[in-house]
Amino acid sequence: MKLLIFGCGRTGAALARQMAKRGHEVTMIEQDSRALDRLGEGFGVKTVIGDGLNEDVLERAGISEADAFITTTRGDNTNLMAAQIAQKRYNVAKVCAKVNDPQRAAEYKKLGVMCITPNLLTAGMMRNWLLDEAYGPIDEFNDLDEEGAI
Amino acid sequence: MYIIVVGGGQVGTYLARRLVKEGQEVLLIEKDPSQEGRLRSEIGDYVMVGDGCEASTQKSAGFERADVVAAVTGEDEDNLIVCQMATNTWGVERTVARVNDPRHAKIFTDLGVGGVVSATNILYNLVEQEISLGQVIPLAALRRGNIEIVESTLTSRSPSVGKKLRDIELPPKSNIVWFLRGEEGYLVDGDTEFQIGDLVVALVPTEFESQLREVM
Repeated sequence: MKLLIFGCGRTGAALARQMAKRGHEVTMIEQDSRALDRLGEGFGVKTVIGDGLNEDVLERAGISEADAFITTTRGDNTNLMAAQIAQKRYNVAKVCAKVNDPQRAAEYKKLGVMCITPNLLTAGMMRNWLLDEAYGPIDEFNDLDEEGAI
Repeated sequence: MYIIVVGGGQVGTYLARRLVKEGQEVLLIEKDPSQEGRLRSEIGDYVMVGDGCEASTQKSAGFERADVVAAVTGEDEDNLIVCQMATNTWGVERTVARVNDPRHAKIFTDLGVGGVVSATNILYNLVEQEISLGQVIPLAALRRGNIEIVESTLTSRSPSVGKKLRDIELPPKSNIVWFLRGEEGYLVDGDTEFQIGDLVVALVPTEFESQLREVM
């Protein structure tokens, strides 16, 4: 698939490498050129320097032909805004945002934005490990009810 | 009306202060605790420190019963999320977002934000009444063609006072469209004769704005 990733932090860089290794065409959008060092050499990830909220940048990265768009910047709101632009304006088929705030993630899941909350994922996996339970599907970890309602 | 303003920068402070003065129930939410003192001295007790994007802050601020939520921080993505959560989580009827990057205005509208206002326009509207009479104030730059809507309140020094519209030499591609006299608004025609105190609204290409100012 043709995958666009916005945000070359640890998560974004790891995802880019893993997908490139599996033969997918990956383009990384990142504002800070130094952060692109995290990608390492030899994975064949394309890079576009710029703001992933800017449509010119998204189009330069080839969003119109993308099959998937993943936002992994450190800002929840940046990720949610970028994900919605990809989904609503460019009709990208698979869109997913990293959202650290579980409650914000819950609200946007209701609006149809796929959100992954890293801290819930980590906590859930640790819980499974502690209780000797099998690791469940992603939604089990992404379950915001664990955090209680607002 | 209960109005919540998110973002205590210059725009938010000014907006909240004016709304308080008008007698509205107002709450200003600011993320940076170091700003609290300044904000309290400027607008009184209607200040809350917290992240306006967080559901828990929104709950204690009373988003549920807010009539209007205005998100006016310097970050477009924050303003978008505040407005979307106000609408979708709390059922707030009216939301207004400040757009710092004008390129984001359309996507905000597409994503369901009720009012989308570029910072420039908010500022114009806010300072509108504080600008002395007789100056031409650009209200809004229209998207295409660089046409601006400008308004001017006529004074004894205005060259157009006492003249009929057909005798005023307007710059190219410009037109006076409407004026307010007392409480009444009127569309203009060639026979319209302007008086002191008329508030005149005109359309003018940006490059001819200063020429318009000279004849009005």
